Amino acid sequence: MAVVTLRAPLSQRAGDTSRHELPGETVGEVLRELERRHPPIAGWILDERGRVRQHVNVFVNAERVREDAIVGSTDVVQVLPSISGG
Amino acid sequence: MPTELLVGTKKGLFVLRGTPGQGRAFDVAARAFPGDVVEFAMRDPRTGRYFAAHTSGFYGPRLMFADDPTREWTQARGPAFPEDGDTSLERIWMIQPGEVEGLLYAGVAPAALFVSTDDGETWSLNEPLWKERQAGDWQPGAGGLALHSICPWPGDPRRLAVGVSAAGVWITEDGGETWRTGYQGLVPGYIPEEAREGTNALCVHNMHRAPMRPERLFMQFHGNVYRSDDAGSSWQEIRAGLPSGFGFPLVVDPSDPDSAYVIPLVADVDRVTPDGAMRVYETRDAGASWTEHGHGLPGEEVYLTVLRQAFGATGEGATMQLYFGATSGDVFGSADAGTTWFSVHERLAPVTSVRVA
Repeated sequence: MAVVTLRAPLSQRAGDTSRHELPGETVGEVLRELERRHPPIAGWILDERGRVRQHVNVFVNAERVREDAIVGSTDVVQVLPSISGG
Repeated sequence: MPTELLVGTKKGLFVLRGTPGQGRAFDVAARAFPGDVVEFAMRDPRTGRYFAAHTSGFYGPRLMFADDPTREWTQARGPAFPEDGDTSLERIWMIQPGEVEGLLYAGVAPAALFVSTDDGETWSLNEPLWKERQAGDWQPGAGGLALHSICPWPGDPRRLAVGVSAAGVWITEDGGETWRTGYQGLVPGYIPEEAREGTNALCVHNMHRAPMRPERLFMQFHGNVYRSDDAGSSWQEIRAGLPSGFGFPLVVDPSDPDSAYVIPLVADVDRVTPDGAMRVYETRDAGASWTEHGHGLPGEEVYLTVLRQAFGATGEGATMQLYFGATSGDVFGSADAGTTWFSVHERLAPVTSVRVA
């Protein structure tokens, strides 16, 4: 299963845990499974349409990807805020 | 008795507490959602439950509720658009209690009405109005395509009017099953005269109903102020006596159906207080005349902007309390229906909304 890593405040909404092993074939599927297991994080990374929010960056093995990217069982999915906002 | 203000800002929610007339600023009792934009916060007087709509620059918008605004908040389930659609929530503009126990409304961007029947814990989309939006050519105003004004009819949950920027007034008389427009008399001076006939590009900035005479509504429009005496079907201009027809916030005295308060700005191309002075204008004759109020407000070299939801009130009559905040972070108040004013707090973050708890 892929490993998803989170930072605060997202980790606080996912059981105060920063590392999650999750099934799924795409980034979207993996993150939806994260939401299913930890409902307080629903809507924070993916919007209603299942798309990664504009100002959230998702990396798979150091490559920035979107929700439709394929995820392998040994991949690490990192979720980070983008360098935007103010 | 202390007054509690909920001041939404671009950097969190400030809960201010103080007693008007004591000559000192209100205290900051709590700050919630630091770093996030809090677009709107209010307290439902029926249940005492507090609501705050906030948006993270990273993680999007959400609605929170709490029984004590200085302690922990709970995230509501919604408002959110259907997962199989192509729309995502951008912003929650306002929360309005309805006329049935447990009933609340939320106005959001992109323009839609959400309904809760369980005191705001879960929310569902009003599909008939959403279908009108999908079928129509609704255009956004400068602040986005926003449903920001919700006017229940006292005692009758079937009747509701909502204001949309920039898609005019929408009215239901069957509890939201069907909707019709209320456009007659509104003049969109910002589009060519030959293109105005039949347009729905009507930029409502704010709308409030007079509770004692519910067929009467007051509206701050994009460049004008209007009154309706037929529940929003048609509108009459009432800007004569104001320094400008442009502005955003509007408040009414619930005990006086002839009353309204506005805070004019120079114009859409110069959104600051006219003549370098902070002034509030009051009518007590349904817009036939306006009284300028500036006693206690800064009156020289002042160029402030007061946003759509940044004007709130409590009480009625001569002791009605009024409060507003500016994007400068200054908050002002009056405990005598606008006759005199005092500084509630200085130098908060830019103020997006003000409501009395």
